[in-house]
Order: sequence, then C-alpha cells, then structure tokens
Amino acid sequence: MHKRLIVLLSLAALLLAACGGAGPSGEGFTFGMILVGPQNDHGWSQAHYEGGQYVVENLPGAEMIVFDLLNPADKPEATLEGVVDEMVAQGATLIFTTSDEFEEDTTTVAAKYPDVVFVNVSGDDALTGEAPANLSNVMGRMEEMKAIAGCAAALTTQTGQLGYVGPLINHETLRLTASAYLGARHCYETYRGESGDDLQFTVSWIGFWFNIPGVTSDPTEVTTNFLDTGVDVVLSGIDTTEAINVAGQRAAAGATVWAVPYDYLGACDNAPAICLGVPFFNWGPDYLAIAEAVVEGNWSQSWLWNGPNWDDLSDLDSTSVGWLNGPGLSEEAAANLADYISKLASGEVAVWTGPINLQNGTPYIAAGAVGTDEEIWYLPQLLEGMQGPSQ
Amino acid sequence: MSLSKTRLERVWPLLPGLAALLVTTLLLLAMGTSPVDAYSAMWQGAFGTSARVYSVLAFLVPLLLAASGLLLTFKAGLWNIGIEGQIIMGAVAASWVALRVQLPSGLQIPLELLAAMAGGALWAALAGVLKTRGGVHEIFGGLALNNLAILFTNYLIAGPWQPPEGGSFRGTQPFGAHALLPLFENSRLSLLSLALAIVAFAGVALVLTNSHWGLRLKALGQNARSAFLLGVSSNREMLLAMAVCGALAGLGGGVRVLSWFDSLRQSISGGIGYLALMVVLLAGFRLVLTPLVAFFFSAVLNGSITLQLRTQLHSALGDILTGVLVLLVLLFGNYERVRRAFRRRRSQADG
Repeated sequence: MHKRLIVLLSLAALLLAACGGAGPSGEGFTFGMILVGPQNDHGWSQAHYEGGQYVVENLPGAEMIVFDLLNPADKPEATLEGVVDEMVAQGATLIFTTSDEFEEDTTTVAAKYPDVVFVNVSGDDALTGEAPANLSNVMGRMEEMKAIAGCAAALTTQTGQLGYVGPLINHETLRLTASAYLGARHCYETYRGESGDDLQFTVSWIGFWFNIPGVTSDPTEVTTNFLDTGVDVVLSGIDTTEAINVAGQRAAAGATVWAVPYDYLGACDNAPAICLGVPFFNWGPDYLAIAEAVVEGNWSQSWLWNGPNWDDLSDLDSTSVGWLNGPGLSEEAAANLADYISKLASGEVAVWTGPINLQNGTPYIAAGAVGTDEEIWYLPQLLEGMQGPSQ
Repeated sequence: MSLSKTRLERVWPLLPGLAALLVTTLLLLAMGTSPVDAYSAMWQGAFGTSARVYSVLAFLVPLLLAASGLLLTFKAGLWNIGIEGQIIMGAVAASWVALRVQLPSGLQIPLELLAAMAGGALWAALAGVLKTRGGVHEIFGGLALNNLAILFTNYLIAGPWQPPEGGSFRGTQPFGAHALLPLFENSRLSLLSLALAIVAFAGVALVLTNSHWGLRLKALGQNARSAFLLGVSSNREMLLAMAVCGALAGLGGGVRVLSWFDSLRQSISGGIGYLALMVVLLAGFRLVLTPLVAFFFSAVLNGSITLQLRTQLHSALGDILTGVLVLLVLLFGNYERVRRAFRRRRSQADG
C-alpha cells in the first residue's frame, strides 16, 4: 500500500521537478551527513540517510557525503572533528550531525568552521543559546506519533501488557516513551472501556541507541524476555529493528504477538503480518528547506521542532513525522485509531492533558491543563503507572 | 637449489602482505571502485595533511602502549586478552582523579597517569590471580573482566559520574583544562603521551633482550614446568608480567580520556586492546616489527575514514584489510610451517 504511495509521490516529485524548475539549483553544493549507526539499519540512521537522498533528488546537482557508524565502539579511530575536517576539505558547506551523541562535539567543531552551517539533530544548544551562530537544531515532533503507536498497541493487546524497548535514558527518550504510554492509556480507556490502571506498560532500557554486543543489553533478549512474561505487543524506541524481528519470529512459530517498530517508514517490512504500524521520521522536507536556504544564502539559526501534516500523516513531501498503519492492525482497531488520530488532528484531544503525575507521584501537569512544549521537551521522569527505571 | 630456497625463504614474509593487498584490491574492483583512487584516498587520509598525521600518531599511542605490554605477557606464554578491560580500567582510574582531585596541572596530570597505570595493573593482576590461584585460564578470566570493566564504565556514566544536567549516556562531564594533557597544534595528539609510549616500548625491548627478568619470562613461556624446576617462580613472574602489561595498557586508557576525548565515555577503548593483540600477532612477537605494525594499523584505520568519505564505500574496508592480513600471516607467514605442512600433504598423497 505505502510502497505504491511512495512510487506515486516520487512520480509527482519528478513531474514537479521536470516542469517547475523554479527551485534553486544545487550545482556545486555539497553537504555532509554523519550517522551514528549504519545507513541501512531500517531505523533512525536510514531515515536520515534517505532524508539526505531526498535533498539530492530535489536539489539538482547537490552532492551528499555520508559517514555512518560514527561511534567509539564501531570506530574507535574516528572523531566527529576528523570526519568534519575531511567533509569541509571536500567542499561541504552544510553538515548534518544526526545524533544526540554528537551534540557537544558539534558545538565545538561548529566554532572551528564558522563558514559552514551545522545542523545537530535532537539537540537543544540553539534553544539554550550555547550554540555558535552557524549551528541549528532540528527534531521531529514525534510525541503524538508515539501516542498513536501506543494507542494501536492498546487497541490490540489481549493480555493488557505492553513492553517498550527503550534506548538510553534522556529527556528525549523519556518524553517519547511517556507519550506512547499516554496514548495507550487513553485508547485503552476510551475505546476498550477498560481501566487505564489495568494496562501494564513496562520499559526496558538497553543502554544505547542500538545494540553494541557486550556493552548494551541485547534488544533481542529484552524483547524475548517481554514476550516470555505475558507482553503481547512490543514497541520499539531504539534505532534498530530487533523488537519487530523477534516478534515476527515468535508469530511465525504460532504465538499471538505484535510489534510497533520506530523511526523508519519501511520498518514494518521486517515482519509485516504482525506490524501494527510505524511512527516514522521524514527528514527530507526539513533537510531540503535547510539546504535550499544555505544555497540561497538566507539561512539563519533556528531550533526546529516540526510536527506532522495532520491532513496526511504519510505525505512524504510535507510531513516531518508520520504514522503508517501496518498490515497487522485489525479493521476494528484501525477504525478506532483513525478516530483517535482525527481527534488529535482537530485538537479535540491532546496527548499531554493533565492530570499527569511523574513516576514518583509528583504532580507534573495539573488536571485540565495541557503540557507546554518546554514541559514536554524536558520531561524529567517516566510517568505514574509506567514500570521501569527513570534514571 | 639451496640458494633459491633461501631466496624464497627471504621473501616469504612479504607474500601474505601482498596476498592481502590482492584480496582487498579484488574486493575494491568487485565494488566497482578504482583501487588506485581508493589507496590514494587512504594514503591522503593517513598522511595527506599534518592534521591527519597527528591523528594517526594520537591513535597510535594507546595501541603501541598496549602492544608493548602484550610483548611481555606473550613472552611469558600468556594470552592476555583481558587487555581491553585493562585499558578501560586505566581510563576509569584516570577519570576518577580528573573528576575528584583538584591540583595544579604539574601534579594533577602525573597523578592521573599513575592512577591509570595502577588501574590497569590491578585489573591485569586480577586476571593473573584468577589464573594462578583459581585455575581460570587467562583468556576466560580476561574476557569476563573485559565485560565487567565495560559494565562498570556504563554504571559510572549513568550513575555517580553522570553530568549534572543528567539524562545522557554519552559520558561524564568534560574534565577541567588543568586535568587534560596538553595537545599539539589543535590535534588530539599529546606529545607527552607519545614520548611515554616510546619510552615504554624501549623499556619493554630492554627488558626482553637484556635483562634477567626477560630470560625468566622466556623460560616461563617456553616451558612453565621446567622453568619451575629451574627455580623460576612461575606464579610470581606471571603476575608481574600481567601487572606490567596492565599498567601500560592502563596508561593507554588514561591517554584516551585525557587527550583523545576529554571525559570518560562509553566504549572508551572500543577494541584497541583486541587491535593490539592483532598487532603483536601480525608482528610475530618480534620487537622491531611491533611499533611498525602498530603504526601501520593506525594509518590504515585513519586512512579508511577518508577512504569512506571519498569513495562512499563500506566503512569496514580498513578493518577487512587488516583482518585479512593478520589471518594470512598467521596461516602462511611462517615459511617453515607451511613447508612442513606442504610436505606432509604430499607424502600422504604419495603414500
């Protein structure tokens, strides 16, 4: 289904490019794309890589230099600075550093190359004022998509137990995991008529964005452990696809289990039959806008936290984040999910509506109030009702 | 006849190197890349600018320190695979001083380096005691201790040493400037650490060629039982070799946190210990070759960063080149062994 959509969209893009010619030319423009994981991980890093490819396709003549697996476990000999040095030497005037891991080093290296534009994904240095003038931050507003993911899981579970495979603990992962929980709880109550307190939502942090053997917990084992202890829907919060892979194997062996992967539009392909859908990042449009601004010379520093196109959550030319139903979602669940999505879109329902208490019981958002961007971005703990460590 | 044989013998050690180059070249061709472009990108990446050379030297320091230490343990017949953990514990110990002690640089840095050596030595001695007292082979003990060292680092980063803003798993707070090694020309290279690595290697060379301790280690390595009968206390020598090796590896870990990074990070070593094992194996435990091979490894790995950026090939190419090289040298590098194996095959075929 969505493959056809992609084909259609790319055709449309081609047509536009062919007839229009209105956009700027990327001739002679080179940009760098630095990834923390492999560029084909069906997850976080691949989503960025394809965002870069979208720029190349839509900015004729633009060239992308990719460096993947930049992390001290895979490449102890490489540093962000060394990679940036080489990219700049090759003529890059815009460099995306696409991980929380690169935040500090990007700030340092941006000061070294004031004429090059840097974009650190998921950081907040441009918000807090720590960033030099040539450094921006960008992040997708994934919270509502995670709530939709949680909703899909709650609409499907038969055991009332959801398991969330989390990466490491920081503000970003806390707020995303909590958003999934809020969506799950809302839908469990609203559409299934159950008590939210009966929904069990357990988080297990592996310790990094992806599996590093011997360093992190193994997400394959974490998922296995979930499924062995009564969880029947696993949600992934990590960069890679172990959760859906394991659930797919279990389902193939006859178990009644489902999965919700993360990050990458095509992640359901790993086990379509049991995939309830995927909340994904679509970096292309934002990256293209940034690249065009750099080419045209009117780029300026910003801290972007861009949301979805609520009219069409899978319009790859406009939405920064999205949700795509998976083949594993039942018709009834899909109908309820569509209702939830339309209410989020219209503003009738907000994910972060109080009363919301932190995991330790501290009131965080008062009854009736809706969390502000700041409150959501800097969520300090998991929420009351969630199981798993907050630090 | 015999003349040609010696000539063959003389060039033999070069053959695995050439074969590895051939394998990599074929791989490059299969990927549709010009090998000339690829190798020149690699060369540029390692030696193209002074900054690249400094980077090669900076990465070389912990590698050479660890490899020097391994020369001692191999001589004593020990497979100190726990060297990875010893590097990590050196980094942890140096970080502890960097985070918790406030002294002028002139005292602070030596104290950090001493702590790094002590951390590595203790961790190595633990593997040694497991072997001498517990009968746990140093390979298994070492691997277990490597994992413990990683877990310990993770615990420190996520727990007591977490930066005040919290929340991240990247590493500790950057150390104060007074706690960091002075760097050379905006690079990650500390000349002091390079000098220490050279002194350490020279010291090991001296011990192995010119000291009574070196002889005892050799006796131990060749035959532990007869060494014991000759009055060499095998346990003591083993523990000492392990501890000295661990001290050097730990120093390498200290250099990692105090110059390559500026804080304790997860995967602080990232396999430099295993790389050092490969270096020593490839050098065939020979003293002179060890620093050359270590330098070669550092150059290839640094060069492959540029290789990836220029050609957009898979980034593991540098690892593949070094891996194939070590494998081929281990399999075929020893002329005598290859000849014996060949003869055996032929006599079996004849018989």
